[in-house]
Amino acid sequence: MTDILLPVRGTQAIYGINPVAKLGAAFLLGGCLILSIDWVSAAVALLLECALFLFAGLSARTFWLRTLPVWLAAPLTAATIALYGQTSGQIYFEFLFARISEGSLELALATLLRVLAIGLPSVVLFLTVDPTDLADGLAQVLHLPARFVLGALAALRLVGLFLDDWRSLELARRARGVGDTGRIRRTAGQAFALLVLSIRRGSKLATAMEARAFGAPIQRTWARESVFGARDWVLVALGGAIGATAIVCAVLAGSWNFIAA
Amino acid sequence: MRVRARGWGWRHAGRQAWAVRALDLAIDPGERVLLLGASGAGKSTLMAALAGVLGGDDEGEGEGELLLDGSAPADARGRAGLVLQDPDSQVILARVGDDVAFGCENLGVPRDEIWRRVVEALEAVGLDLPLDHPSSRLSGGQKQRLALAGVLAMRPGLILLDEPTANLDPDGVREVRNAVVRVADATGATLIVVEHRVDVWLPLVDRVVVLAPAGGVLAEGTPSAVLERQGAALAASGVWVPGVPPTRSLRVREETALLLRAESLAIGRGSTLRDGIDVSIAGGRATAITGANGAGKSTLGLTLAGLLPPRAGAVVATDSLAAGAGTLPHRWKSRELLTRIGTVFQDPEHQFLAGTVRAELAVGPRALRMAPDLVDARVDELLERLRLAPLAEANPFTLSGGEKRRLSVATVLATSPRVLVLDEPTFGQDSRTWAELVALLAELLDGGSAVVAITHDAEFVQALADEEVRL
Repeated sequence: MTDILLPVRGTQAIYGINPVAKLGAAFLLGGCLILSIDWVSAAVALLLECALFLFAGLSARTFWLRTLPVWLAAPLTAATIALYGQTSGQIYFEFLFARISEGSLELALATLLRVLAIGLPSVVLFLTVDPTDLADGLAQVLHLPARFVLGALAALRLVGLFLDDWRSLELARRARGVGDTGRIRRTAGQAFALLVLSIRRGSKLATAMEARAFGAPIQRTWARESVFGARDWVLVALGGAIGATAIVCAVLAGSWNFIAA
Repeated sequence: MRVRARGWGWRHAGRQAWAVRALDLAIDPGERVLLLGASGAGKSTLMAALAGVLGGDDEGEGEGELLLDGSAPADARGRAGLVLQDPDSQVILARVGDDVAFGCENLGVPRDEIWRRVVEALEAVGLDLPLDHPSSRLSGGQKQRLALAGVLAMRPGLILLDEPTANLDPDGVREVRNAVVRVADATGATLIVVEHRVDVWLPLVDRVVVLAPAGGVLAEGTPSAVLERQGAALAASGVWVPGVPPTRSLRVREETALLLRAESLAIGRGSTLRDGIDVSIAGGRATAITGANGAGKSTLGLTLAGLLPPRAGAVVATDSLAAGAGTLPHRWKSRELLTRIGTVFQDPEHQFLAGTVRAELAVGPRALRMAPDLVDARVDELLERLRLAPLAEANPFTLSGGEKRRLSVATVLATSPRVLVLDEPTFGQDSRTWAELVALLAELLDGGSAVVAITHDAEFVQALADEEVRL
C-alpha cells in the first residue's frame, strides 16, 4: 500500500535533476503567470511547455493519467468564469445570475489556459520527485533544519500504514455491531481512532529514530550528497525564461493586464 | 561495553508505581544476556534507558545510576543500539540503503565510510538486496533484520533487542535469530535480549537475568542454573520455559451442526488473491488457517467472517446460523453479525471503540439493545472471567499486550457469537495469556461454538485445531 509514495522512476535526464530545481522552476513559472490574467501570456507559456513535456521522462499513458485532474479542473473553472465572470461587451446569454458576455468568455479562455499552463508543469515536474531526494535537497541546498525535514520525511512513510489502518477500522466497526447507522458520526469516531493510532505509531517511530541517534548533539553528515549543478540551474532558468517570454509577448500584444492594477 | 546499574529506578510521569526500582546489575563487555521477568517487571523500561531514549525529566523521574562504560546512556548516543518489537514502526526511510545509513548520518560519520558500513551491515544480517530496494516491500523478518543492520552500522558496543521476534512467523524468527548470532560473533558487542520465547535465544546467551516485579533482580546466573531454580516460577509468570509446556485443557470433542460453508470461494480486496477455496465450519470444531505470509490468510478470515465480500463463489450460512438473517453473511447488517459471527482482529487496537474497559465490553450488548441491567451483568461476568476486573475503568489503549488481547476477545464474547474468527490470537503473547486463551476457546468449542483461527503458531494448532486449512 505504501507504494503510492514511490515516485515514477526512469533513466532520462530529468530524473537526475535536483528536486529543489524542479521546485524552483515551478515557482518561477507560476509566479510570472499569476501576475496577469490574459490569454496571450498563458498561451505562449503553454506552447513552450508542451515542447518541454517531450523531455519530461514520462510515458504518454502516465502523462495523461496523472495530469487528468488538471485537464478536468481547467474547463470546469473556465465554465464558471464564462457564466459568472465580470460582464463586458456584447451579452450572448442571460439566465438569473448567469450572464455570458464577450468579456466573460475572454476571461474564461484566459483562465482555462492559465490553469493548464501552471498546473501541467507542476504535476509533470513533481511526478518524478523522490521524497527522499527532495528532503536531501531541502536540507542540504536550501539549508532547512534537518530535524524538521527528516521528521516530515519519516512521517510520510506512515501514510501508507494509515490507509491500511483506516480499512481495518472500518471492518472492525462492522464486526463490533456499530456499522449500521449514523454514518457521519461513525466516520468522525473512526477519524479520531485513526488519529490516536497515528500518534502512537508516530511516537514509536520517534523512539526508533532517537535510538539511531537522531537529534544527537553531533554535526550530522549526509549519506547522499544533494548536488545543485549546471543542469539544475538550466531548469530553473528555463522556468524563468518561459515566464518572461510569456510576459513580453503579452505586453507586446497589448493584452497584458497586471493583476494588482 | 560494560553496563552498571546501582540502585537504579525509573518512574514514568503520571504513574504511582515505579517501572523499575532498586536495580543492581553488572554486565561485562562481550557478555550475552537474556533478560526475563513477568510482564510489568520493567524490562522494556530498562532497555529504553540503556538505549538513552527514556526521555528527560518531563517524561519521568529516575533514581540511582545507570552507566555505560562509566557514562550516562544519554551521553553515549550511538554506542547502544536498540531493536524493538514492531517491524513496521522501525523502518525510517523508503530505501533499504538509506535506512541503514540513517544512524551513521546522525553520528556524523563521513560519507565514504557510511556506505562501506551499510554494505557490511546488510551483508552481516544476510539482507541480499539492492541498496535502493523499497523498504515497504520487505517481510516482517526482513524489516527486523534491516533494523538490526541499521543498529550494526553505528558500530555499537551494546546491542539491545526488545522482543525482536515476537511479531514474526517461524521463518522470520529463524532469520532474525541467525542474523543476531552472526552479528554478535563478528562484533563481540555486549548483547541484551528480552524475549518470552526462551528456547529461541537460550543457545546464544551466557547469562540469564530475571527482573523481579517488585524491583531488583529475582535471579541471575547461567541459563541452565536459572531455569532449573526458577523454571516453575518463570513459567507461572508467563515466560516460555523449555520443557514446561503451558497447561492445556482437555476438550470433549463433539461435533454439532454445520454453520458456515465456503464454496469455490475467491478472496481478495481489489484483485483476486486466491480462489477455489472450500471450507466447512461446524459447531464444536476448531479450524486453523495456516500458510506463509501474504498467502491471504487474513483476507480469508475476514471473508468468512462476513466482513469482506467474496470475489467469486460464496460464503453461505446454514439456516441454523442465519436464523432468519439471509444466507450471505457479507450482506448481513452489522448488528446481525454480533450474535452470529464474531471477529477478533490481529491488532486489538483496531477494534477498540470506548474510553474504558467496562464501556468497551458494553458496546456489543448495547448494540443488541439488551436491557441495561442485563448488559451490566454480562460485562461484570466477562471482567471476572478474563481477569480484567481491576482494569475496568482503565483506557483500553493503556493496557499491556496480553491485557489488550484478553479484552479484544472478551468484547467479542460479550454477544455470544456462534462462530468466532480470530486473526493471530497468540502473536507476541506470553505463555500465561496463551494458556488462558486456549482454555477459553476450548470451553467455547465444548459449548458448541465454532472457532476459526488464522495462525502461525504450531503449538496452538496442535492444542486446539480439529482441521487445518493450508493456504
